[in-house]
Amino acid sequence: MAKFLDLASAVSEMVHDGDTVAMEGFTHLIPFAAGHEVIRQKKRDLTLIRMTPDLIYDQLIGMGCAKKLVFSWGGNPGVGSTHRIRDAVENGWPNQLAIEEHSHAAMANAYEAGAANLPFAMLRGYIGVDLPKVNDRIKSITCPYTGERLATVPAIRPDVGIIHALRADREGNVLLEGITGCQKEVVLASKRTIVTVEEIVDNLNTTSPNSVVLPTWTIGAVVCVPGGAHPSYAHGYYKRDNSFYIAWDKISRDRETFLAWMEENVLKKGPDAFAVHAKGRAA
Amino acid sequence: MTDFTRNEMMTIAAARALRNDDVCFVGIGAPSAACNLARLTHAPDITLIYESGTIATKPNVLPLSIGDGELCDTALTTVSVPEMFRYWLQGGRISVGFLGGAQIDRFANLNTTVVGDYHKPKVRLPGGGGAPEIATNCGETFIIMAMGKRAFMEKLPFITSMGHGPTGKEREQLKVRSKGPTRLITDLCIFEPDAETNEMTVTSIHPGATREEIIENCGWSPRFAANVVETPAPTAKELEVLRDIQARTKAAHGA
Repeated sequence: MAKFLDLASAVSEMVHDGDTVAMEGFTHLIPFAAGHEVIRQKKRDLTLIRMTPDLIYDQLIGMGCAKKLVFSWGGNPGVGSTHRIRDAVENGWPNQLAIEEHSHAAMANAYEAGAANLPFAMLRGYIGVDLPKVNDRIKSITCPYTGERLATVPAIRPDVGIIHALRADREGNVLLEGITGCQKEVVLASKRTIVTVEEIVDNLNTTSPNSVVLPTWTIGAVVCVPGGAHPSYAHGYYKRDNSFYIAWDKISRDRETFLAWMEENVLKKGPDAFAVHAKGRAA
Repeated sequence: MTDFTRNEMMTIAAARALRNDDVCFVGIGAPSAACNLARLTHAPDITLIYESGTIATKPNVLPLSIGDGELCDTALTTVSVPEMFRYWLQGGRISVGFLGGAQIDRFANLNTTVVGDYHKPKVRLPGGGGAPEIATNCGETFIIMAMGKRAFMEKLPFITSMGHGPTGKEREQLKVRSKGPTRLITDLCIFEPDAETNEMTVTSIHPGATREEIIENCGWSPRFAANVVETPAPTAKELEVLRDIQARTKAAHGA
């Protein structure tokens, strides 16, 4: 059964220095509040896994939490670069950052293999491209039935999976609807999990019997953090704050401006600061 | 003739390449504008798919990211990301993949990974995302990119997604059955692969652009087809629809 914890306790209990941590959410439901708590608790030497390390990993990496990044697309979607990730990769600031780079298809398959308790994933991919030359984790296998060569990547089995969901019931079952990305796979592939939610309710009120519901016994900790996905969004609660994504380009371009913003908006704040984003924004 | 910008001409020429019965995997940015323009003009039944899992989406404003809520709200259905890549893309359900890129070569291979050495990059770009598998698993691919010597390169530092391969022969050698890049739409002209060599060849020049400009903005010596035509200028309707959706988008994103 999931434990109901406050955010600081959940992160302190589940996330340790040196862990591999996957915070997922494909544009939608990105666990920003949890990421900020990891930054406040000054976790170090993390291997951060995420298909699209956008602003949340820009912040974690810029604050020195990571030693390695496993990813498939690192940018500010529709805006441009993630400047802190670039600074780490290009200049080693604030520390050297190792990278393991894949394609989206490979990472999605690798999460699925993790959830399915398989050692690796295979796909018809990486054909005629250079990534396998610089990532020795990408290998291939011959189909025993047809002889076709298929690409393989190791399954992703994070120490900790962190996601943001719409809501939980009082048992700790959680609901995701809308763009659900690979969060179900991440939760089922991870050893420990934290799920932040917009609200805790008596009844999940799913809109379909096929909505994504993760049973309480698959989850380590449930934490109620209204607005906790901001500046990404929560389907039916609040919209993506596209103007913040655009503004981040300027905030993050310069090291001092970035550090000042983090001091003011993350280090000096707590999870309650997210609540304002859950209110007053049209769903 | 109505006034139009080169960027508008590029988007409109790209939109025209799409057919009403296409199932199109849409890249973010310029491809997304072109695909939605097609849907709002000559191809109302086109199926637009974004890698966030949204199938048959009909956004009223252009998304800033591939996963804006607008895409899910207006989609026929939304599937998980693993399902999108496994069943729909790898499953062979997509007729056209529409991509942009940072750098391209004469065989329409794309680089969106790195400038300089991979391990000591001069500029670290976002990476491949969905593109490496879009490039080989869709029936064909269209590419939209503005021309310039830093983008249209003689030799790419890194191949993120395969066009026709470094020599134009690699698709056949690697037994890839899809057609690869059949059209490259730029702000000056349209390229299509040569039937023999697969080298991207200029087949249509946009009104107001010249051969000299195309040569000047290309890092290799571009070939021109025997019969180069002039791209029809944007119609008033095309311009109106494009400007409308761009204005709605700007207002919605509150930049």
